[in-house]
Amino acid sequence: MSARRPLPRWADIIVLPAVNLAMAFLISGLVVLMIGENPLRAVQIILYGAFGYGDGVGYTLYYATNFVFAGLAFAIAAHAGLFNIGGNGQAYVAGLGAIVVALALDQTHWLIAMPAAMVAAAICGGVWGLIPGYLQAKRGSHVVITTIMFNFIAAALMVYMVNRVLKPTTTMAPESATIATMGRVPQLRQFIPYFGYSPVNLTIVVAIALLVLTYILIWHTKLGYQLRTLGQNPVASQYAGMSNSRLIMIAMTLSGACAGMIAINEVLGVQNRLVLDFVADAGFVGIAVALIGRNHPIGIGLAAILFGALYQGGQELQFVMPSVTREMIEVIQALIILFTGAMEGLFRPALERGFALLSVEQRAEAMARSTVDSES
Amino acid sequence: MDIDLILSMANATLRLATPLLLAALAGLYSERSGIFDIGLEGKMLASAFAAASVAAVTGNVWLGLLAGIAISILTTMLQGFAAITLKGNQMIAGVAVTMLAAGLTTFLGQTWFRQGGRTPQLRGDARFSQIQLPFARELEGVPIVGPIYSQVLSGHYILVYIAFLAVPITAFVLYRTRFGLRLRAVGDNPTAVDTAGISVTLQRYQAIFITGILAGLSGAYFSVAQGAGFGNEMTAGKGYVALAALIFSKWRPVPVMFTCLLFGFLDALQIRMQNVTLPLIGDVPVQAVQALPYILTVVLLAGFIGKAVGPRAGGVPYVKER
Repeated sequence: MSARRPLPRWADIIVLPAVNLAMAFLISGLVVLMIGENPLRAVQIILYGAFGYGDGVGYTLYYATNFVFAGLAFAIAAHAGLFNIGGNGQAYVAGLGAIVVALALDQTHWLIAMPAAMVAAAICGGVWGLIPGYLQAKRGSHVVITTIMFNFIAAALMVYMVNRVLKPTTTMAPESATIATMGRVPQLRQFIPYFGYSPVNLTIVVAIALLVLTYILIWHTKLGYQLRTLGQNPVASQYAGMSNSRLIMIAMTLSGACAGMIAINEVLGVQNRLVLDFVADAGFVGIAVALIGRNHPIGIGLAAILFGALYQGGQELQFVMPSVTREMIEVIQALIILFTGAMEGLFRPALERGFALLSVEQRAEAMARSTVDSES
Repeated sequence: MDIDLILSMANATLRLATPLLLAALAGLYSERSGIFDIGLEGKMLASAFAAASVAAVTGNVWLGLLAGIAISILTTMLQGFAAITLKGNQMIAGVAVTMLAAGLTTFLGQTWFRQGGRTPQLRGDARFSQIQLPFARELEGVPIVGPIYSQVLSGHYILVYIAFLAVPITAFVLYRTRFGLRLRAVGDNPTAVDTAGISVTLQRYQAIFITGILAGLSGAYFSVAQGAGFGNEMTAGKGYVALAALIFSKWRPVPVMFTCLLFGFLDALQIRMQNVTLPLIGDVPVQAVQALPYILTVVLLAGFIGKAVGPRAGGVPYVKER
């Protein structure tokens, strides 16, 4: 066997993720089959629930908004070679900044309240990412472990803040005061009736803008180049005169700030108050989104819509097929992470061999043809 | 403070430290062999569910325990296959396995038992009962030793004793056997092990096999000993606390035990401190105590109290030079 040649770029970007995705869906389908339901009908219901009517589309986009932020957060850190598993905690703490500013400014106008809350959320989320970044850069503690710990610390902190600080004395439920209508992010349904009662709001514009900005940052700025160098080879970046520790801290801060935007979508756009656990593990979905999207903004955008559709369609599925609960979506998500992230080595060699074979055959064919041509 | 309170706190500490200890020791074998394991939580969850399901169906707790261990090993092997054979990202493998376990347990629980993801209540032989150590009753009258023996050490589930027994065994295996030497070597310098003609892959698979067994015991403790049945997400992040304990004790078996006891004590304290006002400090928020294990680990990792340096080859798939 000749030496392995790398896959062509298009196959690496499209075929491999598609094969891995197909495997994840196949196994999920088998699980559905195992409990005696028809997987194809389940797919049909999910598709209809996610894209079949205005409300469904709206919900899909609302979920996708969160997943874009979470996916970008993971991807920015990943480009710098960091595994930020703390998107959940960063988004959760960002909620603190978002709600405090939103409540303070909710008598003005959303055009003032929303940007201010975004800045506050970005600062809170950014700091929650910066601390593990600092500890990795300056003290050498592993960023994965620290961000896991910070998720739990964030959870404890937020339970305390909501119950003891933010909760008005008049309410019983563990939630903050409600943001007045003026301070809320406008819903898309106010302009486009098609979206029915779905909670998709203007934050989605922020998500799209962030996708574009991230693309520019990573591939068209000096900082992006430095981050990628660090991610590819920390020794090289150091020899090139870049400060690795500075870059790590910047990457983690940007990552945390990005995750923090989830708080804008949830707190100012949907719930209009800070509730416990509003992140709902979107941070973990972000890992799957970034993995399947190959850390590229276009991929992340598409993957976010895919997961948005799965989440919304999964809700629908639960109504129509009560035996297939929402957790099935979590299973699919886990399988996708497993196949695209950890078991990439499963299909890559086979694909590489396949492509190598194909190219050898093509060459042989071309040779044969040319000899025939010369003989005649 | 009265004596009964101290005794009951000590008892609770042992009870709450047990699953942490089993899980942390599980992680120890894996991480010492160079496989970072952030999937402990997932294995425990899978085992807890399998143990409770089988115990509920068969009415035999031992069959339940076996099933729990088997599923835990299976989960570990899946993670290991990705991390060792396919040389995938160990962190991602851990995340995936945990998520898979969280989703599948709830999903299958709902499908099989139709009780909102819970398994049926376990009664009688379907659940471990507390063991009275010999002469516990008789020795109760003896001053000092008596109450400690009968009220703190006696009257626990068998898994508690197994957990604490596993500590000296692990220490012996790790530091006094050929297997242990190779295990440590493969985590610090796999190339050397490979050069000596020992299979790195096999050694790592053996290590995570033990991880699977211990994580299985830990998971089963939740559903067939401490609790009487499985509930959604019932391990409640304890797998991560165990991971924290493992790092906090710098990957050494005996310190692991003391750290787990400390974290178990904090847990017991946190339960007791709900709505208690302390003199001088005043009203201590429960959340502060809950977050303490994580904060301590972060502080330690950052090198502010000692320095936690893990196995040198940890987290890196071993690739033979070509």
